[in-house]
Amino acid sequence: MITLTDYLVVSGALFAVGAYGLVTKRNAMRLVFSVEMLINAANINFIAFNRYLWPEALGQTIVLFSIALAAGEAAVILAVVVVAYRLHEDVDVSELRSLEG
Amino acid sequence: MVDLTDIVFVGMSVVVVGGAISALEAREIVYGAIGLAFSFFGVAGLFFLLDAPFVAVFQITVYVGAVAVLILFTVMLVREGRWMRDSLSSTGRLVGVLTAVVLAVSLALAFAASSLLKTAEQATAPSFTGIGQYIAVQYAPALELLGLVLAAAILGAMMLAKVERKDKP
Repeated sequence: MITLTDYLVVSGALFAVGAYGLVTKRNAMRLVFSVEMLINAANINFIAFNRYLWPEALGQTIVLFSIALAAGEAAVILAVVVVAYRLHEDVDVSELRSLEG
Repeated sequence: MVDLTDIVFVGMSVVVVGGAISALEAREIVYGAIGLAFSFFGVAGLFFLLDAPFVAVFQITVYVGAVAVLILFTVMLVREGRWMRDSLSSTGRLVGVLTAVVLAVSLALAFAASSLLKTAEQATAPSFTGIGQYIAVQYAPALELLGLVLAAAILGAMMLAKVERKDKP
């Protein structure tokens, strides 16, 4: 039998991997991967809590909104990455300093 | 007692976490993008196990079908030798692993301390027909706003690409 804790452990593991990527990686694409992982971990939590603790589908509704927002966010980030690559020939975020004062 | 659901759950969990790790650690970033797609797919499987089929299918169409493909296209569009390089300092990696471990341990301790988690699964799954009512009635303004945000995101992405094209007549 699968308990709520099992789902939370999976989502916690996914979140930890995403946080590891955010801290370690300097490649902009890998940072995008990490952010998507964090969002997915949160979504798993929403659905799991909804299944175990709440009789209506409110959590599922919130996750639908979250997925749609994440899609828009990914589109903008990827456009920025492409532009940064064309301008700097590089996607190492520690090299992108043109906004630095 | 082990039944089919447990096996599927373990398999999906392995796909989710393994795909995430390979997304970050694969040497070629293209393979990383494919690992990320597998991870998204595993999350959709977990949604199916949690009796949320509508959200699961939405996850597959949007994440696996759109976002993962978008990421794959971007990776291939700007593919070059320097692109693959992943600056890895051992101290940076140590800090990253430490962050992940501390986060995971603190989350596990919080789970263990919570009495909420001992509640049993509800007898009936929340029906996804309720989603329609939420979206159409209670959260209709949020839906409208979401449409505006998505339109703005698409316009912004197009503007970014267009400015770039003007540089190269």
